[in-house]
Amino acid sequence: MTLFKSREALLALAILVTLGVIAARFPAFVAPSNLANVFNDTAPLMLLAIGQMIVILTKCIDLSVAANLALTGMVAALMNGAGVPLPLILCAVVALGAALGAVNGVLVWKLGIPSIVVTLGTMTIYRGTIFLMTEGKWVNAHEMSDAFKALPRHVILGLPVMSWIAIATIAVFAVVLARTALGRAFYAVGGNPHAAVYAGLDVGRTQFWAFVISGALAGVTGYLWVARYAVAYVDVAGGFELDVVAACVIGGIAIAGGAGSLWGAMLGALFLGVIKNALPVVGISPFWQMAISGLAIILAVAFNAAQRRPRGRLILREAAQ
Amino acid sequence: MTAPVTKPAPRIVADRLHSPLRRALRSWEAILLVVAIAVFIGNTLLSPYFLNAWNLSDATFNFTEKAMIAFAMAMLIVAGEIDLSVASIIALASTAMGLAMTAGAGVPVIVLVGIGTGLICGAVNGVLVAGLGLPSIVVTIGTMSLFRGIAFIVLGDQAFTGYPPEFAYFGQGYVWWVISFELVLFAAFAVIFWAVLHRSTFGRAVYAIGNNATAAAFSGIRVQRVRFILFLLTGVMSGVAAVCLTSRLGSTRPSIATGWELEVVTMVVLGGVNILGGSGTIPGVVLAAVIMGMVTFGFGLLNVPGIVMSIFLGALLIGVIALPRLLRRG
Repeated sequence: MTLFKSREALLALAILVTLGVIAARFPAFVAPSNLANVFNDTAPLMLLAIGQMIVILTKCIDLSVAANLALTGMVAALMNGAGVPLPLILCAVVALGAALGAVNGVLVWKLGIPSIVVTLGTMTIYRGTIFLMTEGKWVNAHEMSDAFKALPRHVILGLPVMSWIAIATIAVFAVVLARTALGRAFYAVGGNPHAAVYAGLDVGRTQFWAFVISGALAGVTGYLWVARYAVAYVDVAGGFELDVVAACVIGGIAIAGGAGSLWGAMLGALFLGVIKNALPVVGISPFWQMAISGLAIILAVAFNAAQRRPRGRLILREAAQ
Repeated sequence: MTAPVTKPAPRIVADRLHSPLRRALRSWEAILLVVAIAVFIGNTLLSPYFLNAWNLSDATFNFTEKAMIAFAMAMLIVAGEIDLSVASIIALASTAMGLAMTAGAGVPVIVLVGIGTGLICGAVNGVLVAGLGLPSIVVTIGTMSLFRGIAFIVLGDQAFTGYPPEFAYFGQGYVWWVISFELVLFAAFAVIFWAVLHRSTFGRAVYAIGNNATAAAFSGIRVQRVRFILFLLTGVMSGVAAVCLTSRLGSTRPSIATGWELEVVTMVVLGGVNILGGSGTIPGVVLAAVIMGMVTFGFGLLNVPGIVMSIFLGALLIGVIALPRLLRRG
């Protein structure tokens, strides 16, 4: 019984059922190699969802992740064009992504501006900066070095490096969130900020670190994205922040902060990934993708609210928000 | 013998700390007015083409449609909610109008379909937020994707064109000389929303909810009903904006009005509405709309690309909120 109440079990079941329905007509979709493809395709979403989940845990939201990804991706492509060695580029994208996240974090921490306003603003600033750097020009495949493009696709033990980076990051953050003081602080700060202050936690500083992590992950994903698709331009991953938030909400991360599990967010991302990859196979136009993610967000948030409804009697229904 | 009674010194407590005039001069609206005048003068100095009745009339199209939504959004934000789906409602309403047009509907029906679609979208948001008690940020991020997603399902990479010539009046028509239909509509809505927010019980209820929803409920305000009406209103105004925009462009693409939710929210926040709810005025939003429209137009005259304008808007949104906080600190 408790198994059915667990969000992760329900989501895993939903993914299996979806796979089963598709497999009934298109058995090739569930071949191990194709499933590995689906996983690899979802890796960017999973990486960003880890960061987003941590930000949401602290009662914030980061709408700038996709713009951050596009900007760091473009910087990586330009650095590669300028002949900078790959290891240096990798360090640079993490640092730049983290710095862009830190900008969000400082504005939220030091000035107390609501995160939705901050990241709505930096979202356009970051994307606009790409235009300022390139004047709207694209960096195409032939302008990128082979090593730059090959790294995410390089296969180790049957999986591309991009998948392995996602797996390693999930493993690291599973430990960080469950076993470190910072990880627990993310939950404490979002669960009850006042209690967190009394427990000696700096709420703003914790939120700052959440944004830095989200930014750093967006930076890594920026390189992976640009290298894998071998193209960089202003509108890379346009609107992807919505998918990332959707993955978290579907994964049962409470938008009010303080509750949710990493596995939930990852399953939420996989659920979206399976649907996205299945649409063309089943013969539905990819234009359905946007409406389906929207519907999934609404259903998931309604479901979350229903699950968390307090059991006590409501004396004044209007007052209960 | 009684002790001498000392008369207590008269205590004067001012019931107003500052005179109304002094308060008005120091208000956010006064600052906005100064900025608006500065932008106007700056534009005049920078470009010889700015100070021309027809050019100024053209410039108003930069803000009229967005401002109509911003009035409703201002009330919604004052009440402590937000609607990020407004631009997507425009896309869906415009698509619905295109479908009505291809079905051979006349101009009145097309307009009704546009506004009606806005009403339905607003009702969907309202039911989810007020009816089910879900957080408006997530709900409207979801409907933002859903509404535009439906427009994409209907249109794909196609577009609706060929609206009847009479339909062009709403976005391209002039009432008198350089006064466009949209400008008149904008002014009319400004007055209506000012009256509703600042001179009606409903408006007071909106402020009460934004300041303390629980206290408002205990004062007998039907909190959820007010919230529902506000979402309905925002949907309708997005529908009206969709009619104007579609008429002005003469075509519908699913990507129509992309990013407008950011501009509308920026307009509202620049207008002095507290993003956390509880305070803000319609005159402030009107001034912010004019400023943003004039700055956009000025950038256009100077050949600055649109995306640079969006950087400026993003910085403005953050700066406007950050500045008072920085000043209070220092």
